[in-house]
This record gives sequence, C-alpha cells and structure tokens, in this order.
Amino acid sequence: MIRLLPRWLLAIGLLLPFVPLVVWAAAGQWRYPGVVPQHGSARGLRLLVDPASDIPQGLFTSLLLGVTVSVIACVVGLCAGRALGLYAFRGKRAVQFLLLAPAIVPGLAVTLGIQVFFLRYGLAGTLPGVVLVQLLPTIPYVTLVLGSAFANFETDYEEQARTLGAGPLRTFWHVTLPVLRPPLIVAAFFAFLISWSEYILTLLIGGGTVKTLPLLLFAYIGSSDQNVAAALALLVVLPPFLLVLLTSRWLTGSQTGAVGFGRL
Amino acid sequence: MAQSFGYLPFLPGWHWSLDAYSGLLDDKAVRQSFVLTFRIAFLSTGLAVVVGVGGALLIRSTRRGKRLLSALFQSTLPVPHVVGALAMLLLLSQGGTLSRLTNAVGLTHGSQGFPELAGDRFGWAILAEYVWKEAPFIGVVVLSALSSGVADLEDAARTLGAGPGARLRHVVLPLITPGVLATSILVFAYSFGSYEVPYLLGRPYPATLPVVAYQYYTDVDLNSRPVAMAICVVIAVLIASLVALYMLLAERFVRRTA
Repeated sequence: MIRLLPRWLLAIGLLLPFVPLVVWAAAGQWRYPGVVPQHGSARGLRLLVDPASDIPQGLFTSLLLGVTVSVIACVVGLCAGRALGLYAFRGKRAVQFLLLAPAIVPGLAVTLGIQVFFLRYGLAGTLPGVVLVQLLPTIPYVTLVLGSAFANFETDYEEQARTLGAGPLRTFWHVTLPVLRPPLIVAAFFAFLISWSEYILTLLIGGGTVKTLPLLLFAYIGSSDQNVAAALALLVVLPPFLLVLLTSRWLTGSQTGAVGFGRL
Repeated sequence: MAQSFGYLPFLPGWHWSLDAYSGLLDDKAVRQSFVLTFRIAFLSTGLAVVVGVGGALLIRSTRRGKRLLSALFQSTLPVPHVVGALAMLLLLSQGGTLSRLTNAVGLTHGSQGFPELAGDRFGWAILAEYVWKEAPFIGVVVLSALSSGVADLEDAARTLGAGPGARLRHVVLPLITPGVLATSILVFAYSFGSYEVPYLLGRPYPATLPVVAYQYYTDVDLNSRPVAMAICVVIAVLIASLVALYMLLAERFVRRTA
C-alpha cells in the first residue's frame, strides 16, 4: 500500500483539475459550501450548440483557422525543411537558431511590435491577418520537424522514379510523400494545435472581430459564467484529445515532434 | 523593436531615445514584475523537473496499471493553457472545489478561511498550472530517453554489484540529464513569456512581464508604448539566449544517443 501511495498521488494530482471543469459544465446551481451542485442543468452544454450563441461560429472559425494554418505551414515547411535537411550550407546553424526562436518564444514579445504593420496594410481584424500571424510560430516549427526528417531522407528513391519516367509531381506524390508521412502527420498535428490554442496573437491581430474559441473562453471566464466557461473548455479540449488518440502511433517515435508540446 | 527606442511614426514629435529602457529601471511596477516573473519561471521549472522526472521514474517501475498511469500522465499535454488556467481557477480559488472540500471536512472555515491561492501576490495557481502542464512534458522526454536499451545497461550494472541507488546515479541520471536540461529550458522560456496563464490566475498588480507589457501597450497614452516594446525586447533577448543554450545542449544530447 505504501509503495502505491506516490502513484495514487500522481494520478490524483493529474486528474483533480479536470474534476471541477466537468462538474461545472453540467451544474445548474452550485453555491459555496456545497461539495456537489445543488442541481444540475444542461444550460452550459446546450449553449455550445445553440445557433443564437457565438460558440458554433467560433468553433467554425477555429477549425477553419487551424486547418488553413496547418496546410500552409506544411507546404512551406516541406520546401524549407528540404533545403534545411538535405543541403549543407554556410550559416545553417544561424538559420536553425532563427527557426527555433519563434517556435519557442511565446508570441507576445514578437507580435506587439508587428501589430502596427498589420494595421497599416489593413490586415488587422481580418481572417487572413490572423492566419498570417499564426504562421509566425507554426512555419518555423513545421520546418524544424520536417528538416530533421529530410536529414535522414534518401534522394535515391526520387531519382529512381525520375529515371523510370515519372514527372516531378508524380514523384512527389508517389515517392516523397509516402516516405515522409509520419513526420508530416506530426508536424500538421502540432501546427493545428498551436493555432487551436493560440490566444494572444489572435487577440492582438484579430482585434476582437475574429472570435476563435480561446477568445470566447476568455470572455466567458471574465464574465464569471462558470457553467458556460466550463462547458466551452470541454469543447476546446475535445479535439486535441481526439487528435492525440488518432496520431499517437506516430507521436511516440518523434523526438523533435515532442518539442511542440512545450509550445502549447 | 524600433518602437522601443522611441520610433513612433503615428505620433507627431517622436525622436530616437533610450528613455524607455532607463525608465524600466525606475518603474516600480516593472521592477516588481521582473522579480515576480523570474520567481514564477524558476519555481515552475524546478518543480516541473522534480515532478516530471519523479513521475517518469515511478511509471517506469510500475507493474500493474502501467499503461493507465502513463496515459494519465500524458493527458495534460494537449490541453491548451487557457483551459488549464480555468481548471486551476475553479479548483484553487477561495470559492473553488478544493476550498469546498476542506470546508466540508472541517479543515478550513468558509471561503474566506481558505488561503488565497488564485489572484494572490505569490502566484500559487500560476505555479500549479505550469507544473501540471509542463511536468508531463519533461516526463515524456525522460521516458523516451529511457525507453531503449537502458534495461540492459541496468542489468549489467546490477550484475556488477550496483545497488538501486548507484544504478540511478550512475546509469539512469546521466542518460536523462541532457534531455531534462533541454526541456527545462523550453519550460522556463514558456513560463517566462506566456500571457494567458498569469493574466487569468494572477493579479493586475504586480503582474508578470508579458502582462505588464500588454497593459502598457493598450494604455490610452501612446507614449507608454515604447516602454511596452522595451519590455518585449528584454523578454525576447533573454529567451533568445536561452534558445541558443538549448541548441548547444540538444546537439550534445543527439550526439550522445547516436
């Protein structure tokens, strides 16, 4: 029993913060001394699908942003990662440093200064502007992951395909892409997650008009409506959990990929 | 960055200056914020390392329920910090779940009798959120460093007469140290520069550096913008040097495992 105690403590410590979240989401009234809610209610959860609330729209915006950012980051990252992984060139370490820095540094310090330019070019408050600013941390990250994948990549396969008469596009589709599938999945997964959980960059450039789920969650936390905030929080955690389950096969093998968790 | 040196094209009569930087040292709010930010970043990194490494070693030595425990351990990884902050708020605040529990068993009296953990001067809830999120991050890296071939090394050490303590010190620790150092730099950088968690769980004054920077930035007085930019430059320079350190360590880590 004594031997099991630290394990129980660890498990309880990990799970405990989830408990009030789940209970509040289903609670109606939960006045102070009560250890359990006085009565339950589905108000918070109903609001998630209520077309009159801004949450369904926010879900759509968040999904659209996440997918767009992830796709663009992967396309750019494939090209840049190829250059970084396959070729040795002068200043490669400097490039790696410049890539790692925005992938790690939380966005506020960098973005506060750029907002002026977004305002000047009319990008502030627009969806393309938010996509652009979310690409700032995601492209470097994706490039790093794919760069380290390309470092172990054999170009021989591509050459064989080309010799056998395949065009560049067919070679890419049938040879390069299948070989790089695992790191590409990891990179896309993290690019989506970084975009999905981003708050401050979206607020700064979106100016409150581009309302993603984290922004709405912040607003509900501020309004002290715990029922809705907790229900919305559950909606925000759900896709990341599902994605982890779907991609866990590829996640466990990726050392560089795991760095992404530090940015979430 | 230019804005931190007084470049304000949107204001008439701007000029280049170092005022914003010298002002940082005189500003009491900024000085307190420095201390608070460093304290939170150091403590959360240190605690995350202890809990993360300890948890990973525990999971490794678990027989029954190993998969379940390890899945639990990794469950906080994909949780966005905003959600983690809300969870800590609902758990640790004076009217939160923990306060209700201690009240029910008679440990504390009412919501006022419960210690102020969220929105306090020390930042307990901020610390708790960072450790809850980042300890598993460090733990996962430790587990992956210990996954392949280490059992053989330990067996060899055991055959040579090394006790559990000696095996931990001479076999396990050297293997995980580079990875732990590298990830703890990432954790430090994150907890130093992140905005959401200290904004939601801390107080507006004294606040951590990113929160102060944002306060100055959104101030109605546009002249305080250079101060905001100066704080940002300080954060960015500090974290960039940490990143350089991380690269050095990561390279060594790769060379050793290769």
